[in-house]
Amino acid sequence: MAVMTYIQAITSAMREEMERDDRVFVLGEDVGVKGGVFGATKGLQERFGELRVLDTPLAESAIAGVAIGAAMYGMRPIAEMQYADFMLPATNQIINEAAKIRYRSNNDWNCPVVIRAPFGGGIFGGPYHSQCPESVFFGTPGLKIVAPATPYDAKGLLIAAIRDEDPVIYFEHKKCYQMIVGEVPDGEYVVPIGKADLKRKGTDITVISYGLTLHFALQAAEELAAEEGIEAHVLDLRTIQPLDREAILEAAKLTGKVLIIHEDNKTGGVGAEVAAIIAEELLYDLDAPIRRLCGYDVPAMPISPPMEKFFMLNKDKVKTAMRELALY
Amino acid sequence: MKRRFLMFWTVDAPAGCRWHTADRVLRRRSDTASAGKRLQKYIRKGVDMVTQKITRLLEIAMPQFAESIVEATIGKWLKKPGDRIEEYEPICEIISEKVTAEVPSTVSGRFHEIYVDEGQTVPVGSVICTIEVADEAGILSGNQPAAGSHPEFRGGDRPASSASPDASMRSRISPVVRRLADEHGIDLSQVEGTGIGGRITRRDVLNVIESSSAPVRSSGLLTKPAKTVEVVSEARIANDREYILDVNHVRAAIASKMRQSVTEIPHAWTMIEADVTNLVNLRNKLKDEFMRKEGVNLTYLAFVLKAVVNAIKDYPIMNSVWAVDKIIIKKDINISLAVGTEDAVYVPVIRNADQKNIAGLAREIDELTKKARAGKLKPEDMTGGTFTVNNTGSFGSILSYPIINYPQAANFTFEAIVKRPVVINDMIAVRSMVNLCLSLDHRILDGVVCGRFLQRVKENLESYGPDTKLY
Repeated sequence: MAVMTYIQAITSAMREEMERDDRVFVLGEDVGVKGGVFGATKGLQERFGELRVLDTPLAESAIAGVAIGAAMYGMRPIAEMQYADFMLPATNQIINEAAKIRYRSNNDWNCPVVIRAPFGGGIFGGPYHSQCPESVFFGTPGLKIVAPATPYDAKGLLIAAIRDEDPVIYFEHKKCYQMIVGEVPDGEYVVPIGKADLKRKGTDITVISYGLTLHFALQAAEELAAEEGIEAHVLDLRTIQPLDREAILEAAKLTGKVLIIHEDNKTGGVGAEVAAIIAEELLYDLDAPIRRLCGYDVPAMPISPPMEKFFMLNKDKVKTAMRELALY
Repeated sequence: MKRRFLMFWTVDAPAGCRWHTADRVLRRRSDTASAGKRLQKYIRKGVDMVTQKITRLLEIAMPQFAESIVEATIGKWLKKPGDRIEEYEPICEIISEKVTAEVPSTVSGRFHEIYVDEGQTVPVGSVICTIEVADEAGILSGNQPAAGSHPEFRGGDRPASSASPDASMRSRISPVVRRLADEHGIDLSQVEGTGIGGRITRRDVLNVIESSSAPVRSSGLLTKPAKTVEVVSEARIANDREYILDVNHVRAAIASKMRQSVTEIPHAWTMIEADVTNLVNLRNKLKDEFMRKEGVNLTYLAFVLKAVVNAIKDYPIMNSVWAVDKIIIKKDINISLAVGTEDAVYVPVIRNADQKNIAGLAREIDELTKKARAGKLKPEDMTGGTFTVNNTGSFGSILSYPIINYPQAANFTFEAIVKRPVVINDMIAVRSMVNLCLSLDHRILDGVVCGRFLQRVKENLESYGPDTKLY
């Protein structure tokens, strides 16, 4: 068992897969010489050479398009979008091409591409370095979307994504990169896509989350248990699409009180779909209205530090919401 | 501006009655359009202040249940004033020259007054009794109350006092609370709400369910007051120092059997205690799923029966009958299960109990208990028993000396499960302990074989654990 940061887990996943499989290669802005603006691909170009760790021009649509083409041709590209905010020009390639290739070719072609993108705020990045665009791609059939929260899940899910035969969008929370440290097994392992993970067992309320907010939920849960005897049942979605329906329903049914937390804004977010699934199947197991604690419905995260703090969720906001629900 | 007149009684004024006019309300504001609404609120407030609901009296008339009947006699009143009545429940028996019948109630409510005594004959159509029914909507929508009754509420001058804490959310029953209450027959008006605004939460209902089923209590502590049993429902008053209860046929039958058993069978008694902590854990783990899958309660009794039946197979002499010069050992193990109802003990029989698994036993126990409590046991349900088991623990007993069910050889009781400190490996632990008592026919059985039998039952009970299969 090694202890490593979230970003180290990501790097190690890429390195291991590139060693195992010659077809795996990385492309993106500043991934080669610089090793990535956050250091996610540090050391890879030295190890594997220029032809497997490609520095691209500043053209996201092309990055995605080239990756999709290479994937269809038999390679296993990992396309990095420098910030998730910049994925939007590549949306057409991702949604209209990558997502539909297998379906529209009647299985003749498939597209095993991984598109990695750091999302989320907390680094004073402002409108174009803090977005959570998962809701743009959510609901598009043909795409898998994952968002790990822990180093263990980050490495396992990236390996699973690289080995997956279909397009996977891999959202990594940039604030988690250095902040979250965890144990990662030494040998080879995979975290299956499409399976949520119960991070904490409880009896009073169910909290469903992904990404950075999961950690707030876990911290708040510990404090509430110690101070007020409220035991929260915390489910980490890990995979946004396809949602692990069984795990969600089982977790919600256990307590009847559900709080869904994510940093993305509330309207049209992943939480809305999770809430709809629960409401559709578990009407007679609900003890309280399904609550969502999300980012505000404003066009952008502020760049001014106190305003960013105001916008973002934190452990205290999460704790208040959890306590309110437990007492309902 | 049209004056709106509405008049209603108050009962508190010394003069006997006072007439209010709605004008007093109207004059407070000049806007007459919303006065109607405020008036409704005013009336409702009056309603809430007094009894929480307005009632009216419904008259029940003597029915004509055959064409040629013109009059009939009240044979027997089945309800008395103050009793709660459900719709379609019989309220009295009537006799006429052709036929005897029961009169069912057409409403749910409370029995108010008898107008015709037992033995009296009245023409068809005359009022025989009145029933009080709840009728909030009736008053507000202006329905005429039944003759002979007045809605009682005071004028709205006094403000409604609210000494009780905020109970605004008490009526918000969430879907899971409704479902659990229906599944387990819980009366929500008796459940305390610990949610905000006094809301009844899922946890509150679950606590009620847990505490009402086979409680495992700390030793000796009375956790909830015992339910009072109405013994004197059929008593006649002989004089002011005595009640008389007539002996009905059930009680007479029980009396003669008990007499025969005690006179003929020399009773001896022994007891053993068993550690059923694992059984308690197992049952708690399985009971919800079992209820979901089978729709039947998974009681401890099912596990006990299985343990007892297996022990009987090892010691078949427990399943025998004394026949003076011989002892007849029965091969079929038919367990007589003692089921207590409000006024008597019935002993229906579970045939071939050794051929049933725990789930089957649970189902059979449930069926027989329901039939016994509903008074639907047939004579063939109660014959053929070879060994009796009695769950005396269900009413809190920790030690019993049962009387053997003639002509069987033994009577086994399962007492209350109580948490006690016990010594295991020279250390003190808190375990769920239960006493198992056995009355035996000392002509057939004696200490050694019964001791061994009880030991085997104890072993069987203590061997239940997480791997025990119900099927």
